[in-house]
Amino acid sequence: MADETLFLLLHGEIVAGLYRAAEQGDGENGRCISKLENMGFRVGQGLIERFTKDTARFKDELDIMKFICKDFWTTVFKKQIDNLRTNHQGIYVLQDNKFRLLTQMSAGKQYLEHAPKYLAFTCGLIRGGLSNLGIKSIVTAEVSTMPACK
Amino acid sequence: MAVCIAVIAKENYPLYIRSIPTENELKFHYTVHTSLDVVDEKISAMGKALVDQRELYLGLLYPTEDYKVYGYVTNSKVKFVMVVDSSNTALRDNEIRSMFRKLHNSYTDIMCNPFYNPGDRIHSRAFDNTVTSMMMQVC
Repeated sequence: MADETLFLLLHGEIVAGLYRAAEQGDGENGRCISKLENMGFRVGQGLIERFTKDTARFKDELDIMKFICKDFWTTVFKKQIDNLRTNHQGIYVLQDNKFRLLTQMSAGKQYLEHAPKYLAFTCGLIRGGLSNLGIKSIVTAEVSTMPACK
Repeated sequence: MAVCIAVIAKENYPLYIRSIPTENELKFHYTVHTSLDVVDEKISAMGKALVDQRELYLGLLYPTEDYKVYGYVTNSKVKFVMVVDSSNTALRDNEIRSMFRKLHNSYTDIMCNPFYNPGDRIHSRAFDNTVTSMMMQVC
């Protein structure tokens, strides 16, 4: 449906717009990523509130992570996380082999250094959702080959 | 109907408290505060499989001679507490559930409001209207 592309384009514009403003303004590159992440954080909090309104109560952390991988990811990106791994001590790796926000960019190694900017918002999204569910977390993302990312 | 409605954040401070006979507010604040303990107890007892673990609605927390207290916890650990007058012909469970559902819907709308910082007191007029409509339904 059209609303998927809407979000993709809007997201691309947000990233581009922020960086343009940063170049004209203070020129600090690191701050843009945190701004993007904080935006995602606030959006994540609201989104989670809406999505968990009707679901049953979560029993534990693993339950919450599974919810994020399945329902949350499906609603936002229209697909599920391909792979979830954990070391049962608090570290979870979510792997998406065809990350929606990156598929339009490239299918290999080109533009690899620009990828983190596009992942910052989603990292914030996850962090905001988790914090609203009561989990303090740090979310990082890495890309080895587009469009897969962890 | 509902005599007092409170929304409590997950750190257990109130985001919103409103009671109808406004003279005796302190008494209701105190009641809501004590009911928080009961809420916590019910949540931690979920693992014992006595209560239905998957429900958000907690049901009657405890009755006193004047009124009854009902609770509801969202997945984001925000608690809604409702104090209802006992002298009213007992409200059916379903009505209480539907009132909590409406509260939850209004709360979700507030969360999505970009001008609202999670953790602040709730000043939204829409939320106020929802609460007023619930308090004044049968008068």
